[in-house]
Amino acid sequence: MKKALLTLFILIAVSAQERAPRVVEITAKKFEFSPNVITLKKGEPVTLRLTSTDRAHGLLVQAFHIDLDVEGGQSTEVTFTPGVSGSFPAICDHYCGSGHGNMKMVVVVE
Amino acid sequence: MKKPFDRRSFLRLSAFSIGAGALLHLNPLASRAEAAGIRDLFHHRNGESPEAFTLVQLSDTHVGFQGPPDPLGTKAFERAVDTINALDRQPDLILFTGDLTHDSEDSAEHARRFARFQEIAGRLRVKKRLHVPGEHDAALDGGVLFREHFGETHYSFDHRGVHFVALDNVSRGKPVVGAEQIDWLRRDLARYAHTAPIVVFTHRPLFDLKPEWEWFTADGDQVMNVLAPYESVTVLYGHIHREHHQQTGSAQHHAARSLIFAFPDPALVADKKPLPFDPTQPFHNLGIRKIVEGGRSPRIEDVELTAREVSGTEGIQQLIKGESSL
Repeated sequence: MKKALLTLFILIAVSAQERAPRVVEITAKKFEFSPNVITLKKGEPVTLRLTSTDRAHGLLVQAFHIDLDVEGGQSTEVTFTPGVSGSFPAICDHYCGSGHGNMKMVVVVE
Repeated sequence: MKKPFDRRSFLRLSAFSIGAGALLHLNPLASRAEAAGIRDLFHHRNGESPEAFTLVQLSDTHVGFQGPPDPLGTKAFERAVDTINALDRQPDLILFTGDLTHDSEDSAEHARRFARFQEIAGRLRVKKRLHVPGEHDAALDGGVLFREHFGETHYSFDHRGVHFVALDNVSRGKPVVGAEQIDWLRRDLARYAHTAPIVVFTHRPLFDLKPEWEWFTADGDQVMNVLAPYESVTVLYGHIHREHHQQTGSAQHHAARSLIFAFPDPALVADKKPLPFDPTQPFHNLGIRKIVEGGRSPRIEDVELTAREVSGTEGIQQLIKGESSL
C-alpha cells in the first residue's frame, strides 16, 4: 500500500513538473527591456519574470491584460497562456525618466 | 411646474483648440430662459452667476527641455503668453494641462524649472490660473514639487455656472487616476444635478487613444462611468502634443497641442518620435488658434506665433542665443 502511494506521489510530481510553464526572464532598466523581443508559443503556458535592476518600472502587454509593476532591485512574475498568434507591443507604463517613452518590447506569439 | 432644462444648449463650448493651447468660449446658459433654474441652483450653492466667458488652455510647456525637436526652449511658451496678453478680451481662466516642466533626476534642477515656469506664466495678465501635473512634473517624486508650487494635484471649483474638475492621472507613476481619487470625484459630483455643465481637465486622455504610445489612462473608463450621468461633460487634456477631438458617450474630449514640439498622427506612423524641427517654420504645429465669438458661429483665426525675428535661419540663431540656460 505504501509503495502504491509513493508511486502515485512520484507520478503526480513528474506530471506537475512536465506541466510547469516555461519561464522567460526579462530585465528592466532605464530605458530598456532585455531582451526586447520574446517569442512564445500559442497555447503554451509561460511565466514572465520581470526584474528591475535600478528603479520602479512597469510592463504592460495590453493584448494579454498583463500589467506588472516592479520596484528597483526586485522581481515579479505572471503566468499566462497566449491564445492568439501575432506580434504584440509591450511598454513600460511606470514613468521612469526622460527616456521612458522609448522603453518598449515586442511579444511574438507563434 | 418648472420646465425641463434645454440640456443640449445648456453648455455651449463654442470652439476649441489650439496650437499653443485653446481659447474656449463657454456659454453655460446659451440664452435659454429655461436655464433660470440652474442659475438659481448655482447662486444658492456658491453665489456663482452663470454667464458666457472664455478660457485658454495651455499644455505641455516642458520648461527645461533641451533637444533637437525644439532648440528654442521656452520661446513658444513665451510667445503664447505675449499673444494671450494681447487679446482685447482677456479670458477669465487659464488652464494648464500638465507637463509644465521637463523632469530632471536632480530635484534642485527640477525645482529651478518649476520656478522658471512660474516666472513665465506670471507674465500673463490673467491671474486665475489652474494647473494639473503631467508625468514629467510629478511621476518621479509623486507630485512633491508640484504640490509645493501649485497645491493639490486634484481639486474642483465653480466658475460662472460651470463646475471644473482637475484630475491627476500621473503622480502615481502609472497612467491611473486611482480608486481614492475616483471616490472623491463621485462625492464631489454628487452635489450637482445631472444637468450641471462639467469641465474636466487632466493630462492624459481618459480613453484608449493609443495605449502602446501610453496615450491612455488605465482606469479612465471608471472615471467616465462616474461622469456618465452628467449630460454636459467636456474633458480637456494634453500629453499627446497634437490636436485631437473625440466623443465617448455624450462626453467630448479635446487635446491641446504642445508648446515645445509636436508628435505625429499615430494612424500614419509606427514610432512615437517627435516631428522634426523646421527652422523655416520654428513654431509649426505650436501656433495658437484663436476663437472669436461673433455672429451665429464663432470665427476662427489662426494666430501665427512666428514673428519677424524668427523668420529664416538667422532669426533662429538669435532666438537660440537669447534662450536662458536651464
